[in-house]
Amino acid sequence: MGKPSDLVQGTLDLLILKTIQLEPMHGWAIAKRIQQVSGEVLQVQQGSLYPALHRLEQQGWIKAKWAESETGRQAKFYALTAAGRGQLEKETSNWNRLSAAIDLIVTEA
Amino acid sequence: MRWFAQLRMRMQMLFGRGKAAVRLDEELRYHLEEQIAENIAGGMSAEEARYAAMRAFGNPALLREQARATWSWTWLELLLRDVRYGVRTLARTPGFAAVAILVMALGIGANVALFTVVRSVLLKPLPFKDPDRLMMLYENSSEQFPYNAIAGGVFAEWQKQNRSYSNLSLIGDAELNLSGAGGQLPEKMRGGNCTWNFLDTLGVQPALGRNFTSADDQLSANGTVLITWGLWKRRFGGNPAILNQSIRLNGRPYTVIGILPAWFAYPDASTQLWTPVYHDKPAEVMAKVGFHMFGAIGRLKPGVAAEQGVADLSVITRRVHDQHLDNPLVSKAANSLPLLEDMVGEVKRPLYVLLAATGCVLLIACLNVANLLVARAAARRKELAVRTALGGSRLRLLRERLMESFLLSAAGGAAGLMLAYGAVKWLVHTRQDMSRVESIHIDGFVAAVTAGLIVLCALFAGLISSLSTKNNQLLVSLQDSARGSSAGHARARLRMTLLAAEVGLTVVLLISAGLLLKSYEHLRSSDVGCATRNVLTMQLDVFGARYRQPAQLVNFYSELLARVRALPGVDAAGFVQAVPGQGYWGDDAFAIVEHPPLPKGQAQFAINRWADPGYFAAMGIPILRGHTFDPNRQLDHANQAVISDSFAKQYFPAEDPLGKHLHFEDRDYEIAGIVADTRYLLAKDPKPMQYYPLLTGLQNNGALVTRSSRDAEQLALPVQRIVQEMDHDLAVSDVLTMDQLLGKSTQDESFNATLLVAFAALSLLLAGVGLFGVLSYMVAQRTSEIGIRIALGAQREQVLLKVLLDGLRPALFGLALGLVGSVGAARLIRSMLFGTQPLDPMVFADVSAMLLLVAALACLVPAWRASRLDPMQALRTE
Repeated sequence: MGKPSDLVQGTLDLLILKTIQLEPMHGWAIAKRIQQVSGEVLQVQQGSLYPALHRLEQQGWIKAKWAESETGRQAKFYALTAAGRGQLEKETSNWNRLSAAIDLIVTEA
Repeated sequence: MRWFAQLRMRMQMLFGRGKAAVRLDEELRYHLEEQIAENIAGGMSAEEARYAAMRAFGNPALLREQARATWSWTWLELLLRDVRYGVRTLARTPGFAAVAILVMALGIGANVALFTVVRSVLLKPLPFKDPDRLMMLYENSSEQFPYNAIAGGVFAEWQKQNRSYSNLSLIGDAELNLSGAGGQLPEKMRGGNCTWNFLDTLGVQPALGRNFTSADDQLSANGTVLITWGLWKRRFGGNPAILNQSIRLNGRPYTVIGILPAWFAYPDASTQLWTPVYHDKPAEVMAKVGFHMFGAIGRLKPGVAAEQGVADLSVITRRVHDQHLDNPLVSKAANSLPLLEDMVGEVKRPLYVLLAATGCVLLIACLNVANLLVARAAARRKELAVRTALGGSRLRLLRERLMESFLLSAAGGAAGLMLAYGAVKWLVHTRQDMSRVESIHIDGFVAAVTAGLIVLCALFAGLISSLSTKNNQLLVSLQDSARGSSAGHARARLRMTLLAAEVGLTVVLLISAGLLLKSYEHLRSSDVGCATRNVLTMQLDVFGARYRQPAQLVNFYSELLARVRALPGVDAAGFVQAVPGQGYWGDDAFAIVEHPPLPKGQAQFAINRWADPGYFAAMGIPILRGHTFDPNRQLDHANQAVISDSFAKQYFPAEDPLGKHLHFEDRDYEIAGIVADTRYLLAKDPKPMQYYPLLTGLQNNGALVTRSSRDAEQLALPVQRIVQEMDHDLAVSDVLTMDQLLGKSTQDESFNATLLVAFAALSLLLAGVGLFGVLSYMVAQRTSEIGIRIALGAQREQVLLKVLLDGLRPALFGLALGLVGSVGAARLIRSMLFGTQPLDPMVFADVSAMLLLVAALACLVPAWRASRLDPMQALRTE
């Protein structure tokens, strides 16, 4: 079974923040989006999103609101907070630095 | 703003936890249902769609737990669950829980009480301004008297010349008779004389009214007095109208100018009035340089060290000495002690010893609880092993164990705090004589220390017992409980070590207590040198204008003694400055007229007492040779002296003292008799004593002693009535029988010995219970083994002996350990012992015997039970 740790450590947070940057989304939609956008490469175990979402919510990076979904049911929508935007920028630049460094090593060798 | 969002989140999670849990379930269900719907839309059957969704999702129960774990307050939730578990487990064995809590309560209670006392008395700074700079000053007279009282003349020079102290103030004791007004009885009370700047030196302001001024502190000034808050409330009803009113002290009028703050109690709560010293004392007394009668408090200037201050005063004292080379009583140097040290120096060691003892008791209590927990852990081995096998985390099990021990400690601590509250109250009530006793109370800091103690005990007991559970021996544990084998020995060894430590500490306590008890008994049985049965004593100060002349005093004494002797039931009566056992009181220089004069600057001293002719007969002090004072020689004709046996031996080693003359305070006295030695304090060997006749009329206070053939206490009222009839302004104080007086003077020793014995008894009980518990448990564990042995033909006596020896081994080991430790402990309390060797073989032997007896008794019951086992039943128990 795939666990969140199958992703590069800590990237799940980044993926979530990035995914909801444009509009508030609920958990299932976030999972779908990550799968689709990554071209089915990133196989996130769907359920493992939720502990991550709750942790981000506790930390104040994202906020949640119950609202009607496209299918007409009540669902929990997550949106970025102002602090979350800052965090997203930070994590993005971190990621860029990290992937650039790895890229460098891999291609050099 | 993020912190605000986080805070709001936290509050939501704290109060809306149940709702959030429901919401989480909804959220997860929504996800699953969406996925199922999508799968069905993709052409799967309902069942297939469900399984596929679940596969993609993962274990919902686990994920729900993980999500919940990210919420705030999870630790609180877990903690509450642990508490619930702990309470439930403990409630299942109420007997165990009650014993453990009681043990902890006693241990923690005793410690909190003693700590409260130590902190309030020894550690808290005095309630004065910058108390670190306050020093009690002394004259350093000789190696024998390094801390001697100060003479008025010397103090005056200090005052003039010193450069190290910003304030110097003189203080002295004063026995004051407060006359009755408006139907009130007169009252004799302790007060103090002080220079006008006394309160300034301490940095204290009167609560009401004004402080002394330098104008008040003169012979010519009108009398002024500051009274304590307690006296004001008690005697004057707390009425501020008393300010600027006049009261009569020792027959003289004094204006009440101020009331001291309620917390003010210096040097102790019994000192209730302060009057200016230069107003009260004659100028010639204040100018004397060899008459040591005062104390002084100095406030060091900032940045000046105590040694510097003493050096400064010593130079001045030396100068005074050199100007009075003919006077042998002038000191050459000064000395000082921090004020706090000066007040509590005497109780320091006993209090620390008692605190150490309570520390031992607590350690024993913890060991006992740890032992009980180990026993439980052993009994629950299988349960724990199964839980570990099923995936219970090690940390989780440890946490549960600690929680159990924490619950026990917390309940014990709460009970202990209540116990301590009662104990402190009792102590303050019984030890009014102890310095700073009024400042003793349980406060927030003590409560915090209690909490700390609880945590410490919990960790100690919990961790020790956890040490015994080795999770890696899972399989062994599961196999161990197979039929017929006995419990592993490692666990038993740990418990035996704990027991040995417990017994060792108990032995140390028992021996220390035994030594103090023996010392106290020695003290009480030492012969003070006079009659102690049916003797009543009371203190009397004869003050006032009516007794200015010696002849008036002599008339008063003669009439008083004649009337008391005439009372029915009175066998004899006498009057003396201080009775045996009452204290050192005072010594004075004397010269023997027939001997060559001493070299210039030297003097000889002996304790002196003024006594009436009937005193020796009344107190049953044998007259060895000669006779007592001639009652017909009075005033200037009273020129006889009586000396004690040791006085005769020391100063007349090779001649007959009778008929020789003593030169004392400008008069010559002929030695008329030699009396047996008496002790001025029970704990001190007799010293040479010189008696001079009361009927000179030179002494106006002392103790009236009355001996009766029956209960002397019955005489207290009739005698007091006679004093009242003779002068209604006079009040007697300290009405005590000799037995009570001696008991009071040995109160410290009695108190220390009693408490230590109580602590030692408590630890002995705990150790006994511990032994009994461990051995009973071991026997229960080995029931089947013993059953097999008996079935195979082991003699019952053999079984008895074997179990008994198993139990006695740790006791013997602990005893050896304790005896070694006691040698060190006995050295520490050496200075508290009177007439008892620190290594008293009797005490060591008695304690060893008693311990072995208790240990044997504790082991006998389980051993006997083991030997009586019915093999058939024993083998069926599993």
